[in-house]
Amino acid sequence: MSSPRYVLDPTSERHVAQRERLARPAGLAGLRVGLLDISKPRGDVFLDRLEARLAEAGARVNRYRKPTFTKPAPVDLRHEIATQCDVVIEALAD
Amino acid sequence: MNSAATDTRRREQSPTDESSSHVLPDGLVAVVKAECETCQMVAPLLADLARRADLTVFTQDDPAFPPGVAAVHDGDLGVSWHHDIETVPTIMRVVDGREVERTVGWSRDEWRRLTGDPGLGAELPPSRPGCGSMSVDPDRVDELRVRFAGGRLRSRRVELAAREDDIEAMYARGWTDGLPVVPPTEERVLRMLEGTPRDPADVVATVPPDLVDVSVEKVAISAVMAGCLPEHLPWVLTAVEAVCNNEFNIHGVLATTMPVGPVIVASGPGTRAIGMNSGVNALGQGNRANLTIGRALQLVVRNVGGGRPGGVDRATHGNPGKISFCFAERSDSPFTTLAESRGATPGADAITVFAGEGPRCVVDQISRRPESLAQSLAACLRTLHSPKLVLGFDAILVLGPEHARVFADAGWDRERVLAELDARLRIPGTELVRGAGGIDEGLPATFADHTLPKFRPGGILLACAGGGAGLFSEIIGGWANGEIGSQPVTREVQP
Repeated sequence: MSSPRYVLDPTSERHVAQRERLARPAGLAGLRVGLLDISKPRGDVFLDRLEARLAEAGARVNRYRKPTFTKPAPVDLRHEIATQCDVVIEALAD
Repeated sequence: MNSAATDTRRREQSPTDESSSHVLPDGLVAVVKAECETCQMVAPLLADLARRADLTVFTQDDPAFPPGVAAVHDGDLGVSWHHDIETVPTIMRVVDGREVERTVGWSRDEWRRLTGDPGLGAELPPSRPGCGSMSVDPDRVDELRVRFAGGRLRSRRVELAAREDDIEAMYARGWTDGLPVVPPTEERVLRMLEGTPRDPADVVATVPPDLVDVSVEKVAISAVMAGCLPEHLPWVLTAVEAVCNNEFNIHGVLATTMPVGPVIVASGPGTRAIGMNSGVNALGQGNRANLTIGRALQLVVRNVGGGRPGGVDRATHGNPGKISFCFAERSDSPFTTLAESRGATPGADAITVFAGEGPRCVVDQISRRPESLAQSLAACLRTLHSPKLVLGFDAILVLGPEHARVFADAGWDRERVLAELDARLRIPGTELVRGAGGIDEGLPATFADHTLPKFRPGGILLACAGGGAGLFSEIIGGWANGEIGSQPVTREVQP
């Protein structure tokens, strides 16, 4: 693990350096949750199961799929997720 | 290697607990390192002195050195740093916590005087230079500066993500002018601040459009990002001061739809000392000082002032010089420097800032008579921005050396050249009114009976720069002049 790297802020410092995350919701009931399939084999099996579990918790699940796991999600897809979801589950597996 | 010398300079100390822990004990204080052969040579003397006198020895590397002395290990080099030790051995005399004198290296006479021992070191040679202190080792000095002087810096520290590319991180945060910038690490900014004796917290100017007080430290950050060297910093500081005032009006220069930006004309012997280019391709690429000084100024306007293209910067086209436009005047100019003609002390380092567009070339390879060349230059100057508009815009005329020589050989000085140009730039109103020449742009019809000068008095700023070959000059057109727009500003460069 490399040590943190810093630079000095060249600006007037009138704006925050990093955008703060929204507060974590107390529960998922009624919230729209996004699941993004990155198009790796059998990812859908895993996500189907997750969707079922989230639905049991009261969440409304939106499913998305990006064209290939080798490239970042297209900007339009990212925008679609951002506008259609309240919560994104951020996780990575292989 | 440093010769023996008494030196009472002290590094500026910050009022932190860290530095107060580096107060020297009274009596004699020596700083040594085991690796230094001169230190090894004087080690027996130090052991002897330690028994007889009030001596404290700080050792930089080996805690057991010198043998027979209970030395204090200056492991973090804090004592050496705070007391500006450049050479080992250094021996100092301290009274009431204050150093009153020091000598560096081995000098029998100096050591005898300082210790008050007239027989000291009789068996040793009269003198021997010392070695470099570990606290000035080029491989360590940046790290030490951060550790011991970093507390002077007030800027917010922004953490970069572990996998974030440094250069891309600067782009991602919107801090660049479109070209890569040097990431402003604490080490680099502290090194940059060595270029000025000014306190990092000093306010340099209030920067439009956000009207932010900019500190020396923030200017140094922009200088790092632009690629400046520490010796460029005083020029950048002066440029920031010169544009951020009501006279130059950088707010208007930024906000205008016209394609102008701050043009810096640098004058004086310091331009050569910092390696500026006044010769071949002076207005072009390839010279670090020219490009980075101008760029640093624009980065201050962008990042501190918040002036960005598409934001307050509303230029219809802009011009490439808005990245950086800075050049030096030739030292062999047959005329006084532009700065001097505008009131700077003769021989002083100074800059003149001008709200200017990109340069355009005047080609005249035939004229050898000054009258002919003046006519040629005037004809080109007349078309500045529009052949139908007068008095509203200033210009810098950069004479190439071969053009300047035509005037100098005829005995024309600066005033004569400007007067001859002015005489050739008197234009009949009938040529300027709306509709004249089939062009609707122009002056109201009431001016038809007047003869008007193209430029206001002092509206042509004459400078001399460029390579030795080429019968060319350059015209840099200005923006709205006078009270309603921007006035050129000349400032002497302070350290």
